Amino acid sequence: MSLAGHYSYWVTIFLMVAGLYIVIARGNLVKKLIGLGIFQTSVYLLYIAPGKLIGGTAPILDASFSTYSNPLPHVLILTAIVVGVATLALGLAIVVRIREAYDSIEEDEILEKDRAGEEDR
Amino acid sequence: MSPESLLLAALMVPVLGALAIAACDRWPDLRETATIATAAGLLLCVLSLLGPVLAGARPQLTLVQMLPGIAIAFRIEPLGMLFALVASSLWVVNSVYSIGYMRANSEAHQTRFYVCFALALACTMGVAFSANLLTLYLFYEGLTLITYPLVTHHGDDEARRGGRLYLGYLLGTSILFLLPAIVITWVVAGTLDFTSGGILGRGLSNAAIGGLLALYMFGIGKAALMPFHRWLPSAMVAPTPVSALLHAVAVVKAGVFAVVKVIVYVFGVDRLAGLASVDWLPFVSGFTIIAASIVALRSDNLKRRLAYSTVSQLSYIVLSASLLTPIAVFGAVLHIAAHAVGKITLFFAAGAIYTASHKTEVSQLDGIGRRMPWTMAAFTVGTLSLIGIPPAAGFASKWFIFSGAAAAGDYVALAVLTVSTLLNAAYFLPIVYAAFLRPPAAGDAPHGEAPPSMVLAMFMTSALVLGFVFYADPLLALARAVAGMSGS
Amino acid sequence: MIAENLPALQVVVPLLAAPLMVLLRRGSFAWLLATLVSWTAFAIALALAFKVREAGPISYAMGSWPPPWGIEYRVDALNSFVLVLITFVASVVAPYARASVAAELPRDQHYLFFTMFSLCLAGLLGITITGDAFNLFVFLEISSLSTYVLVALGRNRRALLAAYQYLVLGTIGATFYIIGVGMLYLMTGTLNLADLALRLHEVHEMRPILAALAFITVGLGLKIALFPLHFWLPNAYAYAPSAISSFIAASATKVSVYVLLRFYFLVFGMPLVFGRLPMAQILIALSVLAVVSASLVAVFQRDLKRMFAYSSVAQIGYITLGAGLANEAGLTGAVVHLFNHGITKGAIFMLLGGVSLRLGSTSLERVAGLGKTMPLTSFGIVLGGMSLIGIPGTAGFISKWYLVLGAIEHGYWWLAALIVASSLIALVYVWRFVEMAYFRAPEPGAAALGEAPTSMLVPAWIMVAGCIYFGLDTGYTVDGAHRAAQVLLGLVR
Repeated sequence: MSLAGHYSYWVTIFLMVAGLYIVIARGNLVKKLIGLGIFQTSVYLLYIAPGKLIGGTAPILDASFSTYSNPLPHVLILTAIVVGVATLALGLAIVVRIREAYDSIEEDEILEKDRAGEEDR
Repeated sequence: MSPESLLLAALMVPVLGALAIAACDRWPDLRETATIATAAGLLLCVLSLLGPVLAGARPQLTLVQMLPGIAIAFRIEPLGMLFALVASSLWVVNSVYSIGYMRANSEAHQTRFYVCFALALACTMGVAFSANLLTLYLFYEGLTLITYPLVTHHGDDEARRGGRLYLGYLLGTSILFLLPAIVITWVVAGTLDFTSGGILGRGLSNAAIGGLLALYMFGIGKAALMPFHRWLPSAMVAPTPVSALLHAVAVVKAGVFAVVKVIVYVFGVDRLAGLASVDWLPFVSGFTIIAASIVALRSDNLKRRLAYSTVSQLSYIVLSASLLTPIAVFGAVLHIAAHAVGKITLFFAAGAIYTASHKTEVSQLDGIGRRMPWTMAAFTVGTLSLIGIPPAAGFASKWFIFSGAAAAGDYVALAVLTVSTLLNAAYFLPIVYAAFLRPPAAGDAPHGEAPPSMVLAMFMTSALVLGFVFYADPLLALARAVAGMSGS
Repeated sequence: MIAENLPALQVVVPLLAAPLMVLLRRGSFAWLLATLVSWTAFAIALALAFKVREAGPISYAMGSWPPPWGIEYRVDALNSFVLVLITFVASVVAPYARASVAAELPRDQHYLFFTMFSLCLAGLLGITITGDAFNLFVFLEISSLSTYVLVALGRNRRALLAAYQYLVLGTIGATFYIIGVGMLYLMTGTLNLADLALRLHEVHEMRPILAALAFITVGLGLKIALFPLHFWLPNAYAYAPSAISSFIAASATKVSVYVLLRFYFLVFGMPLVFGRLPMAQILIALSVLAVVSASLVAVFQRDLKRMFAYSSVAQIGYITLGAGLANEAGLTGAVVHLFNHGITKGAIFMLLGGVSLRLGSTSLERVAGLGKTMPLTSFGIVLGGMSLIGIPGTAGFISKWYLVLGAIEHGYWWLAALIVASSLIALVYVWRFVEMAYFRAPEPGAAALGEAPTSMLVPAWIMVAGCIYFGLDTGYTVDGAHRAAQVLLGLVR
């Protein structure tokens, strides 16, 4: 199949890798979460793009059509998006609390403070 | 009571006794009575079992299924009977001694001591009466763990370090070698039950048999086969009653008991006879005998000398068992009993010396025989037994060990045994000589004899050593049954 | 009516309890409800296990939509065993949590704690009981998200970063899993696990399937804390509230291992996973690395909770080792170790919670003399430690036996030697605790604090007693594990 034929997969891969890279390479806690979100978005694309069949119509039964696009991936991804939103919300809530406790949201600064040995707080 | 209930009783009495002892924590005299009562009760059970077992009964008891196909099960056979007899009778004597020692030295944590002691005896009974390898292993490890608080009784740094070596060597050998050996046996034989003639059959090649035997022999660390013997001198940090019973009787004897049991009932003497791949065992045990004797010779610390003497004597049993002739096996089994009574006397004497005079080194013992005649008399009796001079108990077992070596035509073994006997004399007789025939060193603080209960205990064990010929018949019968010899 | 809907109720009961607790708002009501819910869940799990044993696997169609189009809950010998484990642990931890949470969390957060606890329980049970791959992901995230919250509630501020790290790594893991499932869906058109197993045989183009296997392995590996994907675990276990360390140590990673087992043996199938791919060797290699390195790191830890957290990584290595051996003995060992390690670690962390409550810390120096000041707690930790080492008479020995047996049956002598040698490393770190607790004098003032509260000691000791009991009378555990192994190997449905 041609490059163009796999267009959606290329985008998926790019988003996946970019998201993971941001998670690993960025020290700012909020940026990590954004990277995580991008990574999860790639998965949405991975599911939904193949659902649309070439020549398929919307999944509403009608006598004049024989090929329908698959509605199931949309259902699955709606669930996944909700999970992703919940994860993001929780992650940001934790970041807010980290900011209150450490006065910073940079991972290296936080680890430095921990290493400096301030005990149970 | 039926033999089966007696068997259950023998296992339960020490456990219940431990609970009673713990309950009597606040009343020392009551607590000591509980100990003696428990020990006496156990001895009674074991003696009651002796008759039926000699007549051929083999009482059995199965508890839970620990693994599919392998249960925690007990079955009394002659070797286990002998071991149980030795351990239970010496516990009574040792309890009398312990009371004197612990009180005279004002030792702390005495309740913990007596409780752990009772539980250790329960584990010993479990080992003695085990019907299969898994039960043996279960109580063998239990014995290691329950004697740890006894070995580290003093709770100081020295005790801690000694305890580390003790546990490290014993758990290390049993987990690294013994456990895989048992699993391999299970895979090959499909059963772990102790059976006359062995269970391995033709399932393993001769070379593999040799390897498996090595795993067993080194895995049974309590038999103190070199190079895994270091735990024994390390355990001398314990109070002497602990050293006496556990390292002259229960712990080390559990080791050599397991060795003989494995050779006779797992491998089978016939399966091992004539195999080149097991030839290394007499050499390793022979080396242990000589090397340990040399270290004993060079040790000034009395308990250390006794510890290495034990290492050496244990290898007598391993060597003799590895010669695989009936007489040799007979001698080995008999030596389990003979060495026990002799060694416990020596340890009692060492503890008495420490209690009365706070002396620990051999070089300090000049002239001590004048001040502690009873103690040193007992020491002499023990020495006679270990060297093998009649009528001491050790003479009988050594006679048969020598005969067994001769019957096997093993001249190297004979040489080793002879040299070792001479070394025994070399490191024990000078002590006796110095104690009685040398004047005490100048500046030596005067002291008296040991407390009466300790002297009484020593008197009892000396009587056992010297009077061996009077009560040895059941022991001989049991040993004969193990060796597969028909009686005379 | 109830009996027919038991599989659904298993998940629904804890799930419905959660919003109820938010409405109730009072900490003590929430605790009471959480305890009742856990006990109910345990009863349901036992009933299901009994039914499966008598009549074979149960198939339950959610909403009466027939599988494979509808979501199916399927209970067989494998997951009924895991259900019993999780609900048992929850039933013991919930009563324990009352005193522990009261000491570690501010008052206004108690009801939230128990809400999340119920959600986590519902999620874990859902993962175990579902027969649908995507439904599994949903429950995986439900349990994970609630776990992140629970970890973040820890007293120390480091719990926050630990929860964050866990969140990021856990989400990556779950997303990897869903990528794998997506590929499977693309190739077969079904999400039902049983149906996937059938359809995978008919697929000709293997590359997406292999990729899916890889993604699922890595994703679940992150959740299992399989070496080298274990970095979130020590911090999460060390800084989480004690009740949570205990609960997740006993359940969360075990459930993920269960999922891995189900996918490897019952979806992808042994010929693909172990025949065509070298997953056996990879699993064994990673497991050995986990066992040895994590045990060694545990030896050098100065905090008890961290020490036992690394110990958990090592013990999980034993479970995956059994999976890698893939024979009856090895799998029996793996599944029985799920249970045995669950109760052992549950017990140890609960006892450490008592220590934390009284002493305010679980660092090794602070527990000096614990044998005198908190004798029952220390003895319990010693017994748990012996189970970790694998002393006969404890549950840990049973697992070790089967693992060694499995290794020997394969002829891997070196592996059997490694398994027993690693027990000695466990001996070293357990003995560090023993020497501290029994050979040192307690700190001044420690003696006055006394033993842990009874409401914490009793549940902890129930688990400790379990460690000993299931090491002597293994009828239920070994039998259950054996049946599960047979299901995995396809010998039984």
